Amino acid sequence: MHTNQWEVVIGLEIHTQLATKSKIFSGASTEYGAEPNTQACAVDLGFPGVLPVLNKEAVHKAVIFGMAIEAQIAPYSVFARKNYFYPDLPKGYQISQMDLPIVGVGHLDIEVDGETKRIGITRAHLEEDAGKSLHENFHGLSGIDLNRAGTPLLEIVSEPDMRSAKEAVAYMRKLHELVRYLEICDGNMQEGSFRCDANVSVRPKGQQAFGIRAEIKNINSFKFVEKAINHEIERQIELIESGGSVVQETRLYDSVKDETRSMRSKEEANDYRYFPDPDLLPVEIDEAFKAQVKAALPELPEAKKQRFKTYYQLDNESASMLTSSRALADYFEAVVKTSACEAKLCANWITGDLSAALNKADLDISESPVKATQLADLLVRISDNTISGKIAKKVFDTLWQQPNSSADDIIDAEGLKQITDTGAIEAIIDKIIAANLGQVEQYLSGKDKVFGFFVGQVMKEMQGKANPAEVNKMLLAKLKN
Amino acid sequence: MHNKTIKELADGLRSSEFSSVELTQYFLTRIQQHQHLNAYITVTEDLALQAAQVADERIASGNATLLTGIPIAQKDIFCTLGVKTSCGSKMLDNFIAPYNATVVEKLNHAGAVMLGKLNMDEFAMGSSNENSYYGVAKNPWNTTAVPGGSSGGSAVAVAAGLAVCATGTDTGGSIRQPAAFCGITGLKPTYGRVSRYGMIAYASSLDQGGPMTRSAEDAAIMLQAMAGFDEKDSTSVDHPVPDYSQGLNSSLVGLKIGLPTEFFGEGLSRNIATALDIAIKEYQCLGAEIINISMPTLTLAIPTYYVIASAECSSNLSRFDGVRFGYRCENPVDLADLYTRSRGEGFGREVKRRILMGTYALSAGYYDAYYLKAQKIRRLISDDFKNALSQVDVIMSPVTPTNAFGLGEKTADPVQMYLEDLYTIAINLAGLPAISIPAGLSADGEGSTPMPVGLQIIGNYFAEAKLLNIAHCYQQVTDWHRHMPNGFE
Repeated sequence: MHTNQWEVVIGLEIHTQLATKSKIFSGASTEYGAEPNTQACAVDLGFPGVLPVLNKEAVHKAVIFGMAIEAQIAPYSVFARKNYFYPDLPKGYQISQMDLPIVGVGHLDIEVDGETKRIGITRAHLEEDAGKSLHENFHGLSGIDLNRAGTPLLEIVSEPDMRSAKEAVAYMRKLHELVRYLEICDGNMQEGSFRCDANVSVRPKGQQAFGIRAEIKNINSFKFVEKAINHEIERQIELIESGGSVVQETRLYDSVKDETRSMRSKEEANDYRYFPDPDLLPVEIDEAFKAQVKAALPELPEAKKQRFKTYYQLDNESASMLTSSRALADYFEAVVKTSACEAKLCANWITGDLSAALNKADLDISESPVKATQLADLLVRISDNTISGKIAKKVFDTLWQQPNSSADDIIDAEGLKQITDTGAIEAIIDKIIAANLGQVEQYLSGKDKVFGFFVGQVMKEMQGKANPAEVNKMLLAKLKN
Repeated sequence: MHNKTIKELADGLRSSEFSSVELTQYFLTRIQQHQHLNAYITVTEDLALQAAQVADERIASGNATLLTGIPIAQKDIFCTLGVKTSCGSKMLDNFIAPYNATVVEKLNHAGAVMLGKLNMDEFAMGSSNENSYYGVAKNPWNTTAVPGGSSGGSAVAVAAGLAVCATGTDTGGSIRQPAAFCGITGLKPTYGRVSRYGMIAYASSLDQGGPMTRSAEDAAIMLQAMAGFDEKDSTSVDHPVPDYSQGLNSSLVGLKIGLPTEFFGEGLSRNIATALDIAIKEYQCLGAEIINISMPTLTLAIPTYYVIASAECSSNLSRFDGVRFGYRCENPVDLADLYTRSRGEGFGREVKRRILMGTYALSAGYYDAYYLKAQKIRRLISDDFKNALSQVDVIMSPVTPTNAFGLGEKTADPVQMYLEDLYTIAINLAGLPAISIPAGLSADGEGSTPMPVGLQIIGNYFAEAKLLNIAHCYQQVTDWHRHMPNGFE
């Protein structure tokens, strides 16, 4: 493969929509999905004479993010105007940040193929979103919906630290997980709450200087990011190897055709004429505010994962999975706490049966019909030998169907209680041995495997309700005699 | 009636000597009679009479302010709910504002009766009112002379008695210069003292609304209603608003007045220098001490201003694109055509000139040399004022280098027009308050008409009360502010 001679360099710019109630510079609602232009006030429409007023909650959320990636928070940051004409940009400029962004240099650690890698974050800045241009169903004209205009965005710019599409996706996922953890962004990619632009270039392995990069705009799913980047890598390598050269340009990923195509070249790029917005004062953030935000910061995914590993003695995989969202981790801890069962048992059930059921029903953990206390009750019954693990799966399935019942109700109603009465078990064992003398002989002649056959027969006879440990013990004793 | 002060009129309303409806009708009739002055772009007769009726009821119920029932007018840069707000431009000739500017809201709240919207240079860009889409407003002292700009209509309306007082806005002298040319009192407050919300932006870091009146006493009353922090304007300052009328008539004994040599040298007409000399002597008689000072950066103010103001306006005026409101060209073939023709046809020459200058100053490769350099000089100018105001209480200077010039005299040469603002522009760059008061009537040559001369008093940040007192004291011992032009007495 020719790709072996090339090194890929990727940097991502991720636009996260901050989950504030109102817009970044006006009091209009940020609710998604309203009738076009019903959530745009005079400020969002850029009417003559209106002025922006900064939403403090957007600043707060940006600082939370900065703290979480251990970045420098600018004591003094400035809003600037990015000037360009477009019908869905009502003022003819976007209020953004240029020279002095609110969040400075930070980092995020990702894990790819078991290896941890630190990805640098150059900066994160606050800005307003534009509206939407709608080109269909307007008979040759374009429609404009300004509901989204003025929605607060935090643009997070990474260093060109990623070396494969896989790393880029890992970084994007990690960031996605983090902003949801911090509850600063709802992470809804379908609604555009989390969007990605990728800067991609290639260079011969060992070369220091970066190759010419292309920027792929507005990719809105993890799957597309990987595909779009891989396509772009291939395009660039083929181009160079066939004697051409990459030009600096903005490209658009077409998910239907699965290709990127040129939007505009560097020469066609706008001169945005950035300058400090005279309508807004610089944002000043003092140590006290930072301390306050830091104190209120939730436990971050990485720290939580480490804690799960050491405190609950979980393996890396379970710990990663359980800490992939704050709600899932909370669910796990609630189950452990309520049930007082072994953490590993709880983890196995949550990452196993529960996750499988949720995936199948396409539900989030927060929507699970089986609540943490219900699962805890079920696990208690496994631990105290009321039911076996196998029966527990059956109880769980019923519980999933009947979320208003409890594990105990189901065990009682269906008579699933495990039999620990040794007399009853002994009678069955005797019966099975008597009926299978041939197998007994095989066992006694050294074929240990046959032991499993006897266990299976006993359990079958007892409809799975016998305590397996007890069955083993007694069967062993009987066969030896 | 039209030469009475706000207090006299408020007394008349309270003692039922006349009603607000009668007073309003009186002014509406005068506006009608003096239409040729072209002071108003829109006269809101019905709204005015309705508001007057409400004001009369309020006065009767006893909870009126001094402004309740007083007929005033708004510069057409302030958005007025349901009323055309043109900003002197073809671009907004069809624009009915969907909300009230904070200043409008506050004056309405005080009970003032709005007679209509006043003429101005397009988007407040100009020093002669000749850049108005609606034609120039005429100086009542000499209708062949300009009234000054950009608040030309406001100055004409107040000088000719077509409103008791008016609002103006001042980005580089737009309140003070027309006030001087028309012989009235005009105050540009400290940047941030009066809300800019709803005041159509020209250069956001310089724009400031203020009162244009016939006396300092009236200006104090009007500023009282206009000033104050506004949460809708992040650049408005949360600083207590004092009682501006209370301090009037305080003694000026020991007041230190600084006279910058840079403002009294070359370029100043002899007749103005002479008039100001007499005015300053008057202050000495009131006990003030005169100190000559030097402010070397003042000469840099004009180029600095034209870079910063143009840069900001090039961005501020981008919203006028023919998409959502305002002028739209006929049958655009595509987006670029819609933009270029709507803006090309909707904006006047001076507006386009400044947009081009500002776009250039902000362009890649020029930003550092123009915009950034200008910001640095702006800082130096501020420091110069800070330094001067640590030595003296106030600074006095001319407002204009010459008497009101003739219509068409300077339209061919934009630089000559820009030089008109020599004495006013630096104050905006520093964000300081300054007041222009009538300080004489003087002809600039044999046979020419005597015209009003303005004196500028510049104070420290939020020193409006001090400036008003200094102006008021002068108006107690002189009567220049009481003179009305021939035919308008």
